[in-house]
Amino acid sequence: MGTDRFKDHWREQQMFAGRIIAAAVIIVALAVMLAIRLVDLQVLNFEHFSRLSQGNRVRLEPVPPVRGLLYDRQGRVLAENRPVYQLELVPEQVTDIDGTLARLIALDLVREDELPRIQAQIRSQRRFEPTILRTRLSPEEAARFAVKRPHFPGVDIQARLARQYPGRALGAHAVGYVGAVSERDLEVIDVANYAGTAQIGKLGVERAWESLLHGTTGHRQVLVNAQGRMLQELERTDPVPGRNLYLTLDLELQAAAEAALEGGRGAVVALDPRNGHVLALVSLPGYDPNLFSTGLSSAQYDALQEDIDRPLFNRALRGQYPPGSTIKPLLALGGLHFGVTTATDSVFCPGWFSLPNHSHRYRDWKRGGHGTVNLVESVAQSCDVYFYRLAVALGIERMNEILGRFGLGRPTGLEIPGEAAGLVPSREWKRGAFSRAEDQVWFPGETVITGIGQGYLLATPLQLAHAAAILGARGRGYRPTLLAAVEDPVTGERQPLEPEPLPPIDVDATMVEQAVASMVAVVHGPRGTARAAGLKSPWTIAGKTGTAQVVGIGQTEQYDKDEMEERHRDHALFIAFAPAEAPRIAVSVLVENGGSGSGVAAPVARRVIEAWLGQPGAVD
Amino acid sequence: MALSESAWERRPLGIAASVMDGLKLDGPLLGGLTLICAFGLVVLWSSGGQDIGLIYRQCARLAIAFATMLVVAQIPPKVLRLWSPWLFGVGLLLLVLVLVGGDVGKGAQRWLDLGFMRFQPSEVMKLSVPMMAAWYLHNRPLPPRLLELAILALLVVLPVLLIAQQPDLGTALLVASSGVLVLLLGGLSLRLIFLLGAAAVGFAPVLWHFMHDYQRQRVLTFLNPESDPLGAGYHIIQSKIAIGSGGLFGKGWTNGTQAQLEFLPERSTDFIFAVLGEEFGLIGLVLLLCAYLFVIGRGLYIAVQAQDTFSRLLAGSIALTFFVYVFVNTGMVTGLLPVVGVPLPLISYGGTSMVTLMAGFGMLMSVHGHRNLLAR
Repeated sequence: MGTDRFKDHWREQQMFAGRIIAAAVIIVALAVMLAIRLVDLQVLNFEHFSRLSQGNRVRLEPVPPVRGLLYDRQGRVLAENRPVYQLELVPEQVTDIDGTLARLIALDLVREDELPRIQAQIRSQRRFEPTILRTRLSPEEAARFAVKRPHFPGVDIQARLARQYPGRALGAHAVGYVGAVSERDLEVIDVANYAGTAQIGKLGVERAWESLLHGTTGHRQVLVNAQGRMLQELERTDPVPGRNLYLTLDLELQAAAEAALEGGRGAVVALDPRNGHVLALVSLPGYDPNLFSTGLSSAQYDALQEDIDRPLFNRALRGQYPPGSTIKPLLALGGLHFGVTTATDSVFCPGWFSLPNHSHRYRDWKRGGHGTVNLVESVAQSCDVYFYRLAVALGIERMNEILGRFGLGRPTGLEIPGEAAGLVPSREWKRGAFSRAEDQVWFPGETVITGIGQGYLLATPLQLAHAAAILGARGRGYRPTLLAAVEDPVTGERQPLEPEPLPPIDVDATMVEQAVASMVAVVHGPRGTARAAGLKSPWTIAGKTGTAQVVGIGQTEQYDKDEMEERHRDHALFIAFAPAEAPRIAVSVLVENGGSGSGVAAPVARRVIEAWLGQPGAVD
Repeated sequence: MALSESAWERRPLGIAASVMDGLKLDGPLLGGLTLICAFGLVVLWSSGGQDIGLIYRQCARLAIAFATMLVVAQIPPKVLRLWSPWLFGVGLLLLVLVLVGGDVGKGAQRWLDLGFMRFQPSEVMKLSVPMMAAWYLHNRPLPPRLLELAILALLVVLPVLLIAQQPDLGTALLVASSGVLVLLLGGLSLRLIFLLGAAAVGFAPVLWHFMHDYQRQRVLTFLNPESDPLGAGYHIIQSKIAIGSGGLFGKGWTNGTQAQLEFLPERSTDFIFAVLGEEFGLIGLVLLLCAYLFVIGRGLYIAVQAQDTFSRLLAGSIALTFFVYVFVNTGMVTGLLPVVGVPLPLISYGGTSMVTLMAGFGMLMSVHGHRNLLAR
């Protein structure tokens, strides 16, 4: 601080007082300006604004559109809009509101614990606006009220449209459901277009094509009196109803697949390899989506949420499982493609495998071993030792490459939300996935077990069906889709959707045929692991069994199916396509804790294939 | 003791007065604030569609706000001064936190989730910025030198930029003005004031460049509301109709058609002044403005009476910022100023700013109540 600067309190106080006075003058000036503005608005222009306010008797009200319907590929209804009945009370028409409510409770038409909500709503609304007492009266309840209706002036039954899923749990994990528009929904939608809409797609197809299904909200201009009561409708812009969607699902096949899996937990996905159409998408146990569209109680929701069998979990899309031996045909193709094996090369299988200079024995599922096996035989008998060797010869990077070409390790691109990516490991992935340096190193043993679909490898049932479809289509795959056609409900014009081809896998055609032949040998070969499922089949089925370990088994332990706890049992898997020469269906089956792929999963796939190819005539 | 006993005998109000003194409460200020809040509840009953739940919630907020005021009034100005840098530092840290990991509500990032409550750090800044500026000037000779001014400017601009990033233009504006007002009261030379004013005009295009689309839209709509009658201009047009059609005496309580028929948007929050104008007319609005001016005048009186630089500058800034609050909102609703999201203080529905405002008034009361009378 300079010598000429010191704190002069008296001068400071004088200066401050001066500034405060200046501020006060400015404040008064601004306040006067505001007052002049108010006089300008309220006195000088009173007539003008009063007239505008009078003209403000026309209110704009939204008219919600009708939600589009959902059909399966044959035009059978999956989701529709049905009138439901709700009980309403108009406060101004009721002389004794409390008494009326008490009598309705006595008739068991209104729940007693709803009373506070109803009374709060009556207080906060205008007296001529109806208060909803009950949504979704059953027909029996509606009839019970109709009889007593003369005793309840001002209380009436109103019909409105609500989403119904006639198939109930059938296809629930593909179709999804609608629910009340939530705060979170409001952040992502055009709020103006949902002004009159109560429900919005939450999951599955209902969510994926929400914008098509919803339509455009219309408006009507209504003349209201000074209390806001509607006097007359002046003008109306009709809403544009939502589009009807024809899904690729086949309701009969879906039902057959669910029946085949009935009683177990698991998933079935059926694709048409020629266009990527999802013919069936099953995840069991399921749930009744009608619960969500009617609004389920929190106790009901908690019960679904906490069920140990996880009925809300979409196993087909989101369940990530070790694919086990189902990827062996793909790795065999990789071995051929990268020149580390040929169709005639054979290997002796003693029942175990060791890496050079390592004592650890990687066991074959068959204790005595398979003897000398070539490529087709090792796929047919699911020889593990052959694939341990193949994996070492290929190395993890080339395994990653070939599995990636079949769409593993990333979402397939099916339109409905929530699909998991699965996992195909690589050295680079491992460096990024672990934080500790010693965990980031890729070990040779990890390559070995990847050869039989264990280790880090994870795939969803959808991905496995997709991979089977690509192989079945001889490398020319399509992006899986659930939408076959979109229909304009006004004109009735139906527009089919074009399938979206994926880049071909770029592998020599004879090698692809050798891989397909190895899968045919699984089902129809003399020692094929799934030969029981192929008995008397009118079509050639190409398939591959798989068994995925849930818990690790020690070096010397024995795996005993009966002694193990049910939930620690192996997952059973099966992938297939048929007819093998020109497939029209590709299937993947997963049965959680099912035990063996050949005994449990393969018969399910057989029934699904039969249900589809056996349909008289109508297949497309 | 003898003094208070004789006071008790002479005036029946004596005991109440001594309780007020003991609690460091300022009678006129408390009276003015209570009047405004009560009027606010009356208007809210009408604008909120006669929802008693809304009134209960607002009363709860008012109770918290008045309690805060009471507590803050007990803290001596000296303690407030010593706390200033710490409060400022913590506030700044929280602002950075909110930008990095705050909750996003209504498209802007303002909230910090504390687990038990959500909290807006920018509110802290409304008080800690003027406190910090007053703290900085407290021991320095006034008017401040150029270097000191530069440091002060930095102390104000930093939090303002952080808040504008959220983006919360309304709060940024209020925080900026609370800091600038300390500078003006601190004796910033008139020459510099004009120079800075000119610079601000020159800065406008730069500001325009950094504005969000919706903020630009608001400025454009302000210049010509009729250009967008269904979108951004709708607010202003409807609020002008509401106020204008109220006339001299208003349409009567709960009889305003603009508000009751829901033509007027945000009628319980930012645009509640228009409801008041429609239902209580010019008379009602002028009365409310008078009540506001009374509170501000009392605040300025307290500032002039204050005994040290910090108290003086802080009290002056709080009183004047309150006016900025009132003027920005009423100016917006009457179409004099652009639409900036600033509520009408003490009347609009909503709790976040109410507590800060009353904490500010608590500081005014502290400054007045802790005067050392013997020193005079």
